[in-house]
Amino acid sequence: MTSNLGIAVAVSMMCGVSALGQEWCASHSPMPPSNLVATDAPDDDGKAIELSWDVSPSDVFSQKYAGTRAPDPGIDVVNYVILRKVEATSSDEEVSPEQSQWIVVSEPSAGDNKWTDRSAERNWTYSYRIMAADAQGDQSPWAQTAETVVARLQIFNMSRAWLAIFTILFTGFVVYFINRARSGKKIWVRKIAGLKAIDEAVGRATEMGRPVLFVLGIQDISEIQTIAGLTVLSRVARTAAEYGAQIEVPTCRSLVMAAARETVEAAYLAAGAPDAYQPDRIHYLTDEQFAFVAGVTGYMVREEPAACIYMGGFYAESLILAETGNHIGAIQVAGTAMPSQLPFFVASCDYTLIGEEFFAASAYLSDDPLQIGSLKGQDWGKFLSVYLLIIGIFLATVISWGNYDEGFFVNSRDFIKNNLLGVEGFWPAPGDVELGDDS
Amino acid sequence: MKRLVPLTIAIVAGFTLIIAYFFPIAQQWSDNVQEWFKILAVGAMVLGGGNLIKLHLKKVSAKRKGWGYSMVTIVCFFGVLIVGFLKVGTPPNTNYPDYVWSGYYLQEGSGVWWIYLHMIVPLTSMMFAMLAFYVATAAFRAFRAKNIEATLLLVTAGIVLLGRTYAGVWLFDAWLPESMLWLRFDNLTEWIMNAPNTAGNRAIMIGIALGTVATSLRILLGVDRSYLGQD
Repeated sequence: MTSNLGIAVAVSMMCGVSALGQEWCASHSPMPPSNLVATDAPDDDGKAIELSWDVSPSDVFSQKYAGTRAPDPGIDVVNYVILRKVEATSSDEEVSPEQSQWIVVSEPSAGDNKWTDRSAERNWTYSYRIMAADAQGDQSPWAQTAETVVARLQIFNMSRAWLAIFTILFTGFVVYFINRARSGKKIWVRKIAGLKAIDEAVGRATEMGRPVLFVLGIQDISEIQTIAGLTVLSRVARTAAEYGAQIEVPTCRSLVMAAARETVEAAYLAAGAPDAYQPDRIHYLTDEQFAFVAGVTGYMVREEPAACIYMGGFYAESLILAETGNHIGAIQVAGTAMPSQLPFFVASCDYTLIGEEFFAASAYLSDDPLQIGSLKGQDWGKFLSVYLLIIGIFLATVISWGNYDEGFFVNSRDFIKNNLLGVEGFWPAPGDVELGDDS
Repeated sequence: MKRLVPLTIAIVAGFTLIIAYFFPIAQQWSDNVQEWFKILAVGAMVLGGGNLIKLHLKKVSAKRKGWGYSMVTIVCFFGVLIVGFLKVGTPPNTNYPDYVWSGYYLQEGSGVWWIYLHMIVPLTSMMFAMLAFYVATAAFRAFRAKNIEATLLLVTAGIVLLGRTYAGVWLFDAWLPESMLWLRFDNLTEWIMNAPNTAGNRAIMIGIALGTVATSLRILLGVDRSYLGQD
C-alpha cells in the first residue's frame, strides 16, 4: 500500500510543483521510481531478465527531469537499488528461506531507466523491487513489479533468422563451387597484382642477400585475419625456401608464434629444404602494441630487409611500419581487413590487398581448385548483396521521390532494413507494418 | 595425426561458436570454448616469454651485433617481473592490513603501477606521437599529382582538410551568394564524407564480411590447412 502511494506521488507530482510534492521533499528522501516492468530477455539462453522503470522525479540526472528544479543534494537521486526475490525454482522443490529473501542485485546510476539481470537461473520465477537513493543513503519507498517473471530459454535466436538463412545460402554457394571444382571444371579467377608481387619481392631479397620480413599483425590466433595471414606466410616461406632467402617473422602473440613456426617449417619441408629452416627467426616480441612496433622497426632499420610483407589485423602501427619500410627502400606488400588502416598501406606500400583480396589470397596462392572454387562461391554472395542493395536503393529513391509515409514501398524498405538486414526477426511484428518511417 | 588433432579441434570449436550464435541453448558450450582459448593463451605466454629470453641471452652470449639492446631487454624483463612478483611498493589491502602481500599489484603507489605510469605510458605515447610525422611523409607521397587518380585524391584531401577547419567557411563566406553555399568547403566535406566515402567504405566492408565467411568455411571444411603445419 505504501509503495502504491509512493508510486502515485512520484508519477503525478514533483518537488515544487504541488503541496504534496513539497512535503515529500521536506522529508529529505528521494521520490520513488515507478512503473517497474520485468520481462524475459528475448532470444537468450534463459539466464536474463530485462527491467525498465520510470525514473524518480527527484532524479535530476535523467533526461526527463533534468533542469526541472535547482539541485538539492539532500534529495537528488544518486543511484537506484534493485532487489530480487525468488518466487519459484525450476523444479518442484520449495524455495529455501535464503532464496525467498529480497537481495540487492544491482545499483544502477541516476539517470538510468533500464537494466538487465544476467544472473537469473533458467525457468526460475522472480519478483523485483526498485528504490531511489540519495547521497546520504536515504532511500525512497520501493516500487515492485506487478507480475512475476520467468527466465525462459529460446531455442533459436529469431533476431538472427535472416542471417542464418543468408549463411546457409552462402555456405551452399561455396560448397557447390568447391564440388564443381572437385569434378574438374575449370574456374577462372582474376589476377591480383599484389600477390604476383610477392614472388618478385622474395626474388629481389634473394638477389640482394637480405632477409624477407613478414608481419602477421597484432591480433591473436583466434582472429580470422591472423589465420588468413598464416596461409599467405605458408606460400611466402615456401618461395623463400625455394629461392634460398631468409624469412624473419616477429610476432605479437605467443600462440601466433607457435602457429607461424609450424607453418614455416612445413613450407620449408615441402620445398625440400628442411635444413634451411631456422626456428629462431620466428620469434615473439611482446603483446604491447607500440613496443612491438618499436621492436619491428628497430629490426628494419638495423637489418634493412629487402621485402616487407604485412598480412593480418593492424591498427595505428600500420603506418609506422609501412613508412619505416619505405624509408629503407624495401618492396612492400600489405593485406588487411581493417578499413581504417587501408589508406595508410595504400599510401606507403607498393601493393595492397584490400579487404576481400586479402582473404582470397590464400586460395589464390594455393592453386588448389577446391580453394579457388570457394572464391567463386564468395562472388555469388557478392551478387546477392548487390541485388539487395539495388532493391534497397530503388525503394529509398521511390519513397524519397514520391514523399511516401506509408504503403508498399515503405513497408518493403523497412522489411529490408529492419528484418533482412536488421535484428527485428523473420517478419515484422503485427502493428509495425502500418507504421511507415521515412526518417 | 599431427594435423588431424588440431584440425578436429578447429572444426569442433568453430562449429560450436557458429551454433551458439544462432541457438542460445548452446551458449554455455561457446563460453567453454572461449575459456579454453584463454587458458591456452595464458600457457602460451610462458612459451613466448621463454622464447624472448632465450633469443636475447643467445645474442648477448655470442656478442652479436646489437647485443646491448638485448641486454636492456633482459634487464627490463626481469626487473618488471621481480617488481611484480614481489609486489614491491604495494601497500597491503585495507581489508587485510596484517598481510603484507595482500594488496593488488597494480594499485596506485605500487612498483608496477609506477613503472607503467612513468615508463610504459610515456614510451607508448612517444611511439604514437611519431605517427604525426609519418602521416606527413605518407601524405606528401600520396598527394603528388602524378596521374588523374592521384590528382583527384589531392583535390579531395585538400577540400576535406580545409573543410575540417574554419578556413573552409572563412574563405567563401564573404563573397559566395546564398544559392551557392553548398560549395563552401565545410558543406562539400560533409557530402564527401557522407556519400562517396561511406559508399566506398561499405563496399569494402561487404567484401570483408563475405571474405571472412568464405575463409572461415575453407578452414572449417578442412579445405585450407596451410596454417596447420606438417603431418
